[in-house]
Amino acid sequence: MAAKLTFAERQVALLILVVIALVGLAMAALGAGDAMGVHGFIVLIASLGLIFVLGASLDAPAPTEDRSREYYDDPIKVGIVLAMVWAVIGMGVGDWVAWMLAYPDLRFDAAWSSFGRMRPVHTTGIIFGFGGNALIATSMHVMQRTSRARLAGQIAPWFVLLGYNLFVVLAVTGYVMGVTQSKEYAEAEWYADIWLVIVWVAYFALYIRTLARRNEPHIYVANWYYLAFILVVAVLHIVNNLAVPASFTAAKSYSLFSGVQDAMTQWWYGHNAVAFFLTAGFLGMLYYYLPKRAQRPIYSYRLSILSFWGIVFFYIWVGSHHLHYTALPHWVQTLGMTFSVMLLVPSWASAGNALMTLNGAWHKVRDDATLRFMFVAAVFYGLSTFEGSFMAIRPVNSLSHYTDWTVGHVHAGAMGWVALITFGAIYAATPIIWRRETMYSWKLVEWHFWLALAGTVIYIFAMWNSGIVQGLMWRTYNEAGTLQYSFMDTVEAMHPYYIARAIGGLLFLIGAIIGFYNIWMTARDVRGEVHTLDHPTGSEAGEPAVPVAE
Amino acid sequence: MMGLSHDTIVGIAKSFGLFYLIALSIGICVYAFWPRNRGQFDRAKHSILDDENGPIGGEESR
Ligand code: HEM
Ligand code: HEM
Repeated sequence: MAAKLTFAERQVALLILVVIALVGLAMAALGAGDAMGVHGFIVLIASLGLIFVLGASLDAPAPTEDRSREYYDDPIKVGIVLAMVWAVIGMGVGDWVAWMLAYPDLRFDAAWSSFGRMRPVHTTGIIFGFGGNALIATSMHVMQRTSRARLAGQIAPWFVLLGYNLFVVLAVTGYVMGVTQSKEYAEAEWYADIWLVIVWVAYFALYIRTLARRNEPHIYVANWYYLAFILVVAVLHIVNNLAVPASFTAAKSYSLFSGVQDAMTQWWYGHNAVAFFLTAGFLGMLYYYLPKRAQRPIYSYRLSILSFWGIVFFYIWVGSHHLHYTALPHWVQTLGMTFSVMLLVPSWASAGNALMTLNGAWHKVRDDATLRFMFVAAVFYGLSTFEGSFMAIRPVNSLSHYTDWTVGHVHAGAMGWVALITFGAIYAATPIIWRRETMYSWKLVEWHFWLALAGTVIYIFAMWNSGIVQGLMWRTYNEAGTLQYSFMDTVEAMHPYYIARAIGGLLFLIGAIIGFYNIWMTARDVRGEVHTLDHPTGSEAGEPAVPVAE
Repeated sequence: MMGLSHDTIVGIAKSFGLFYLIALSIGICVYAFWPRNRGQFDRAKHSILDDENGPIGGEESR
């Protein structure tokens, strides 16, 4: 890691780490007795660990080759591994939570292990830990390749990647201790939020500076999606987290918003987290890795531009569909509903564009599990956006809201679309980044594919059934005009579906663990194969990496 | 909302908001279908298929 840095860069990195360590020390001292104190120790230990690693190689020889002639792939490698680590954590906790809903005794009666604390560990761990690391790692791959330029900076990529992971660790460990802002997908408290802003600005600057170096006249559309993801998430995150800390030495804070404004701000954030975190960035992945893996250019480049602007402009308005039949003014609900239905057009345009790209290459989809991951992801993207637009219609929402149908919709998008496109992209990127001919084992990729697909289908069908049964039971009246079922009746009716969901989740988790093993073995190069690819090598020997620009 | 009444906001949305969205959509369509952009788009969509040969030129060539 440090071998690619010059001596001056190592010193700068060390300085940054010392500053962070001091902040951690201050947090630990001032916040003693509060969760903030524990977080101070976490920050301190993390930065001291890195100082130790860096310090040990401080006077190792500096790189001699012209670094600007090679892509900078080391941070991508670490990002991919971190994404898989979080995948296992996030899905593991998710499956535990799923079993807990079927068998409440699995809560084990401790405060930290309660459903209310473990559920956000699942959502944050999987969305921000797994999804976020995958987005950061693949964006660094895509921005360099499509610009034909090296990452702008040696330290910035590490700062972004490791700083981001520090945020996720602070968030997740906070929930375990009972820290929360009670805003879904934005539970982390104020100091973690401020830290994320700093990291995010660095990420945006890194992206823009890399694009500014580009040797291609046009910025390929995948980059637009990644940039929309970075920019809009910054705005959402800052506005939704505006809060006043109760004390600067403790974690608790109070939101600047209250009542229905708070609800609207939260769901404006919440749905755009779906739109720009769970969709835009992953569409960036789709537009780069799918054509590349299929070795066919995207079916219609124009359509990709039109759907980009359609998605960006419609999504911003749809948050109010989470607040149907609430104190929110009726016209705001109607606005959200209308835009949600219109959103189907650019969403299907994207999914259709991906499928049309594969049209004529179906034999590749059949033979190559990596491409099949991406193909199935595009199908689930079409499916979950159709379902979402449908659920956004107010009368439909009166049935689906509060039921497991929502959870089914979430996971059709999250497992079927987000996770599958990510696995596809990671399997496509891993051999390239580590300069291997192929993955360690294509059979394991096949296994992963079928486990993931089976897990997703089982999960979604269980939740559709459960949700509709639940929704209908809640609104069934008897002849006397009172409710037919008590709430406990509906809970009991859910039991078999919850077991099915947990089994589906287990299959999905096993698939991810197999994937992690496969990636790890590919990275370790157990085959000892010769690195024959005509790519820049990871060489530190000083010879020119590639015969560029013959 | 501090100072901004509900009616003002609705007024802005119905006047400026409407026209800016229409202008934007026209702008995007013009950009996407402008004949001269076609070459650029074609080049971009093919160039990603083979882009592992390292950065072009490196920094000093810029
Ligand atoms: C092993 C696979 C998975 C399992 C077993 C699982 C399980 C669960 C469970 C039990 C819940 C709580 C549902 C409830 O409160 O009734 C949940 C919620 C959630 N999960 Fe997962 N999950 C998995 C994968 C994923 C993935 C891959 C993502 C995202 C990329 C994801 C995102 C979410 C979100 C956003 C929620 C909150 C849904 C809502 O509030 O409506 N999950 N998951
Ligand atoms: C056209 C696109 C989409 C529309 C119109 C849409 C619409 C909706 C609607 C109406 C709800 C239920 C709100 C409620 O009753 O509380 C919902 C929930 C949700 N959707 Fe979608 N959806 C879309 C696509 C997606 C995709 C692709 C994903 C995931 C990758 C996703 C993730 C979620 C999540 C996480 C929730 C649960 C939020 C919560 O209550 O915690 N959606 N969506």
